Amino acid sequence: MGIYVVKRLGSLLISLIVASLVIFFALEVVPGDPASFMLGLNAQPDTVAALRAELGLNEPLPQRYASWISGMAVGDFGTSYTYRTPVEGMFADRLVISLPLALYALSLTVLIAFPVGIWAATKRGSLTDVTVMGATQLGIAIPNFWFGVLIVIAFAINLQWFAAGGFPGWDEGFFPAMKALTLPAVALALPQASILARVMRSSLLDTLGEDYIRTARAKGLTRRQALWRHALRNALIPVLTIIGLQFSFLLAGGIIIEKVFFLPGLGSLILQSISQRDLIVVKSAVMILVFAVIFVNFLVDLAYAWVDPRLRRGR
Amino acid sequence: MKEGGLIRAVLTSRSLVIGLLLTFIAVAAALVSFLWTPYDHTLADNIANKLQTPSAQHWFGTDQLGRDILSMIMVGARTSIAVAFVAVGIGMGLGVPLGLAAAARRGGLLDEIIMRTNDLIFAFPSLLIAIMITAIFGPSATNAIIAIGIFNIPVFARLTRAGALSLWTKDYVLSARVAGKGPARISFEHILPNITNLLIVQGTIQFSLGILAESALSFVGLGAQPPTPSWGRMLTDSQTLIYIAPHTALFPGFAILLTVLGLNLAGDGLRDIFDPRIRRTGR
Repeated sequence: MGIYVVKRLGSLLISLIVASLVIFFALEVVPGDPASFMLGLNAQPDTVAALRAELGLNEPLPQRYASWISGMAVGDFGTSYTYRTPVEGMFADRLVISLPLALYALSLTVLIAFPVGIWAATKRGSLTDVTVMGATQLGIAIPNFWFGVLIVIAFAINLQWFAAGGFPGWDEGFFPAMKALTLPAVALALPQASILARVMRSSLLDTLGEDYIRTARAKGLTRRQALWRHALRNALIPVLTIIGLQFSFLLAGGIIIEKVFFLPGLGSLILQSISQRDLIVVKSAVMILVFAVIFVNFLVDLAYAWVDPRLRRGR
Repeated sequence: MKEGGLIRAVLTSRSLVIGLLLTFIAVAAALVSFLWTPYDHTLADNIANKLQTPSAQHWFGTDQLGRDILSMIMVGARTSIAVAFVAVGIGMGLGVPLGLAAAARRGGLLDEIIMRTNDLIFAFPSLLIAIMITAIFGPSATNAIIAIGIFNIPVFARLTRAGALSLWTKDYVLSARVAGKGPARISFEHILPNITNLLIVQGTIQFSLGILAESALSFVGLGAQPPTPSWGRMLTDSQTLIYIAPHTALFPGFAILLTVLGLNLAGDGLRDIFDPRIRRTGR
């Protein structure tokens, strides 16, 4: 397991370096000079030049890349072109909303999908199964931001159980904050839970057809015992892959859901920075999200190896 | 067991019928909109008519500028379908040759490079690609196409490679090699025709994902720009109106839902027809 972890760690680092190069060079070739953009149309050329020097825009590209990366490694993300404040502070304020939202949504996804998928698999071919699978088709097809709007109409405007949007801040206490994240998390989770429930079901059906399940049944285990003791753990491998992928969808999807619920998270910061051409913010925010995606996939790989020891040797 | 199989068999063919029907309606709405819409979608026909609830004159009601929502949805279908369709084309056009090449050179350096690049693209959800492209070139429908298209490339490359790998061990491929055909010719003459079914099913699924992605990008302002109507942006406009005119949020959303549902059902149905084995094992 030790060698396996080191190998995976190595490919994690390579992915991060390549991804950061792609992001950096893509956003460095952007037409338009951030300094003249910040100062407006009437700026004097020498003021622009001074600002360019201050922002480090005169340095050669490799040096700027190096200082961007080494800065991020120690938590210095640079200074926002628009707000003239440290980017890492802006991120910290936003991530305390976006990250809990993604985790909340991921928990809901798993909490809904596992029971539904297992239940449908055990009742395979029955009317229940067909109904549940039909419902998941709807869940997959529904755009999550529209579903967000619908639950706002139902639970915020008509029933008034929740606020229609906004975030009170964690200072107001854990429960009010979580309450504000509940509708957004539900909106994010529903489509993902539908996908995961289907994966869970089909994966479980596959393993239930395996010989070792027949053996387990032959030695006297009931269907239920065979399912819980043998089938479920083996069925988890494809399910874990999907969960890993889904976390990145939930993080990125948060960008859209935050707009529906007027949440001041990382997503709204990114969208705002794009319209203000605050590229240093866009660059570092995209890097953070990509880092999260790559890192989660790394964790999924480790989880694989834990679930299925055969994979430790395989790669 | 038998009974379950029967229910499923009826249902799968039914899913294909319903799926194709829904897809047909969306495509027809887009095509008809070039010739005729109930009202002119570009002009607010009368600002006094704004935010009308559905009626005999305006089946889906009117929006905040008095435009007929049904007409807007018909024209918006063009944007969604065109963006998703071209994005699938990009994904297939680039992903399939890459996947074929990777499989032909399986285990080699080219295979490794192609697959690792694919992994890298997978780390960028299409939304992030769109954000970067928009940051560089500004928002437009074209950039949405490129972003979704790039995201589609590794999907098709992986599928093609996986499908092709199993075919390279077949006897007829071996005999083609003995006959002196090179890897490129074998890939296009023998491998590609045999994975067309896989590609069609995946194409349907990516098409539906493309419609969802396009509407999401338009919703946050990274897709088609005004005055081009798009389903996503209609929902953005309706967001501030849900207290006074919730119907403005309902119809564009249903348009997306039904189109995506139609494509998914059609994809499922096609898969069952192409691969009856799946139907029997009940996956």
